Amino acid sequence: MSLAETRMTATPQPDRPDQPRTPRHIPDQLRSPLDRRLKSWESLLLLVALAVFVLNSFASPYFLNAWNLSDATFNFTEKAMIAFAMALLIIAGEIDLSVASIIALSSTAMGLVMQAGYPTPVIVATGLGSGLLCGAFNGVLVTRLGLPSIVVTIGTMSLFRGLSYIILGDGAFRGYPADFAWFGQGYAFWVISVEFVIFALLAVVYAVVLHKTNFGRAVYAVGNNPTAALFSGIRVARVKMTLFLLTGLMSGLASVCLTSRLGSTRPSIATGMELEVVTMVVLGGVSILGGSGSIPGVVIAAFLMGLVTFGLGLLNVPGIVMSIFIGLLLIGVIALPRLWSRLRGAR
Amino acid sequence: MNMMRLLTTAAVATGLFAGTASAEDMRIALVVKALGIGFFEAAAEGAEEAAKELGGVEIIYTGPTDTTAEGQIEVINALIAQNVDAIAVSANDTDALVPTLKKAMQRGITVISWDSGVAEEGRMAHLNPSSNALIGNMIIKLAADHLPEGGDVAVLSATTTSTNQNTWIEEMNKVMGDYPGINVVATVYGDDLADKSYREAQGLMQSYPDLDAIIAPTSVGIVAAAQAVVDAGKVGQVNVTGLGLPSEMAGAIESGASQSFAIWNPIDLGYSATMLAHQLATEAAKAEPGASISIGRMGAITLDETNSAAMADPFVYDASNIDAFKEIF
Repeated sequence: MSLAETRMTATPQPDRPDQPRTPRHIPDQLRSPLDRRLKSWESLLLLVALAVFVLNSFASPYFLNAWNLSDATFNFTEKAMIAFAMALLIIAGEIDLSVASIIALSSTAMGLVMQAGYPTPVIVATGLGSGLLCGAFNGVLVTRLGLPSIVVTIGTMSLFRGLSYIILGDGAFRGYPADFAWFGQGYAFWVISVEFVIFALLAVVYAVVLHKTNFGRAVYAVGNNPTAALFSGIRVARVKMTLFLLTGLMSGLASVCLTSRLGSTRPSIATGMELEVVTMVVLGGVSILGGSGSIPGVVIAAFLMGLVTFGLGLLNVPGIVMSIFIGLLLIGVIALPRLWSRLRGAR
Repeated sequence: MNMMRLLTTAAVATGLFAGTASAEDMRIALVVKALGIGFFEAAAEGAEEAAKELGGVEIIYTGPTDTTAEGQIEVINALIAQNVDAIAVSANDTDALVPTLKKAMQRGITVISWDSGVAEEGRMAHLNPSSNALIGNMIIKLAADHLPEGGDVAVLSATTTSTNQNTWIEEMNKVMGDYPGINVVATVYGDDLADKSYREAQGLMQSYPDLDAIIAPTSVGIVAAAQAVVDAGKVGQVNVTGLGLPSEMAGAIESGASQSFAIWNPIDLGYSATMLAHQLATEAAKAEPGASISIGRMGAITLDETNSAAMADPFVYDASNIDAFKEIF
C-alpha cells in the first residue's frame, strides 16, 4: 500500500512554462495517526479476537466461566513466552526453529537434577541455564560462523531432542517436588494462574524493550538492513547473539512451566511447538522477512489462538478441523491486508 | 468491508461446528491417542453401541491431531470445562496427564483409562484389553486348537529383552499342562525386524522338519513367519499363529499360512470402557480393589489391587471375520 502511494506522490507534474509553479504540498505523514492506528494490523486482530470471543460465548454455554477461561490460558501462555523472544528474533531477520527441542533438553536436564535430589530453586535454575546454553550454541553458530539461522536451528532441533532421547530413551522422569508444581499448576490469586502472570509481565517487558529502547530500534534496523545497521554503528552480531540467548532463555522458562504443569519429563515433550510459536508470531503481524512487527500484535495473536482452540474444543471439534481452522485464520489474516492494498492500488 | 467479510467467515465457520446436545443426557467422553486411527475409530463404534444399549448416554469421541500429551491435555481441559460426566482416556503419556485428570476428578468427573493407562493417582480405574495370563494361554490355545493329535510348535519372539513377550511366554509355559501332546521345541528371537524374523522362521523349519506350528506373539514376527511358510511351500503343514494385526495378516489368512491369530478387539474395548465409565459415573459400582463390575455383554470384570482390570481373552481372527476387521486396523 505504501509502495503504491509513494509512486503516486512521486509522479512528476508536467511542466507548464506559461504558469507559475506552485510549491507542491509534501505531507510529513501520509496518513493521520488515528487513521493509521484504526487500520493497523493490531486493530484487525483485536476485532477478530473479540468476534471469536463473542461467537464462542454464544456457541457454548460453558465458555463464559472464569475457571474455564483460566484453564484456556494454558493453551497459549508457554508458547507466548517463547513467541515474544521469537518475535524480536524474526524482526531482526533470524529465526530459531529449535525452541521446542530446547524445551525437551531443558526438561531432561531438570529431571536429572531432580533425580540427584536437588531442591526446586536448583531445578528451575538448571532449566533456565540449559535453555540459555542452547541459545548460546545457536547464537555462536549463526553470528561467529555466519551460518543461516534456519539451517543451524533445523540442525539443533534434531540435536537437542536427540540428546534427551539418548538420556531418557522410552523412560520418563517423574516425582518432581511438590513446590515445583507452583509454576505450571499454581494460581497467583483467584483464577489468575502463575503462568498467566509470567506471560503478562513478559508482555510488558518485551513491549518496552522493543518499542521504547535503543536496543529495540537496533533490532528493527538489523532486520531492515543489516549492512546499513552495521555502518550506523550498530553491533549487528551482538544484537543477534543477545536475541538467540533471549530465545533460549525463554524456551528454558517455558520448559520450567510445561514440566511443572505435566509433572513429568518425556523426550517427546512439546513436540511440534516451534511451528505453533512461529504461527503465533506471524499471526501477530511480524513480517517473516524481518524488519517489522509489534509485541501488542503477538499478545493479541496469542489470545486469538488460545480462544479459537479452546472455543472449538468446547464444541468438541476434532483436532484436524481445528488445525485447518488455524491454518485458514493465518492465511486469511495475512492475505487480507495484501488483497486490500492490491484493490486500493488498482483503483 | 474486508473485516466484515472475515467476521462473517468466522461466524459461519464457528456456527458450522455448533453441536446439539440435550442437557439431561449423561455425557461420556472417549479420549483417544489421536484421531484418524482405525483402531480408535472402531473403539468409538463400540462406545456408541454401549450408549445405545444404555440409553440416555451421549458419547463425545475426541482426541488430539497427533499423539502428544500436550494435545490430550488441551482436549481434556475443554472436556472439564464442559463438565462432562465421565472421561475414558487412552493416554499418550502415563504421567503427564495426571495433574489434569486429577483436576477433572476434583470437579466431580469420573475418570478411567483404557488401552494405554494412566498412573494410578490420575484415574479411578484402568481397563486393560486383556491380561498377561489370558494372552499366554491364548497363544498356545490357538496352536493347540488346530493340532488335535498333538505336535511340535516353536516360538518366534521379539527380542530377548522384550518385557511383554517374555511375560507372555512365561505365562504360556505355566499352562502347558492343559495342552497334552503339544511340545514347544524351540524359542527364537527375530528382534521385531522383518528380515531377521523371516530368517529365524526359515531356520526353524529347516531344523525341525516336523514342525506343526509357529507361535509369534509379535505383530512383526507373525507376518514374517507367515511369509517364510508361504515361500517354503509349507502352507498346510506349518500353521503360523500368535498376535498380529488384521490388516497385516489378511494375506496370511487368505493363503492359509495362518489358520487364526488373536489381538484385542477395539470394538469390544470401546464398548467395555464406556460401560465401565457409566457404571462408575452412575455410582452403580465403586472403583475399589476387588470390586466386580458388570460391563454389559462382555460379562464382568474384577479390579485388582491397582484398580486395573482385564477385559477378556484376546479376540480370535480367522477366515470368517478377517474381511470385516482388516479395514479397521
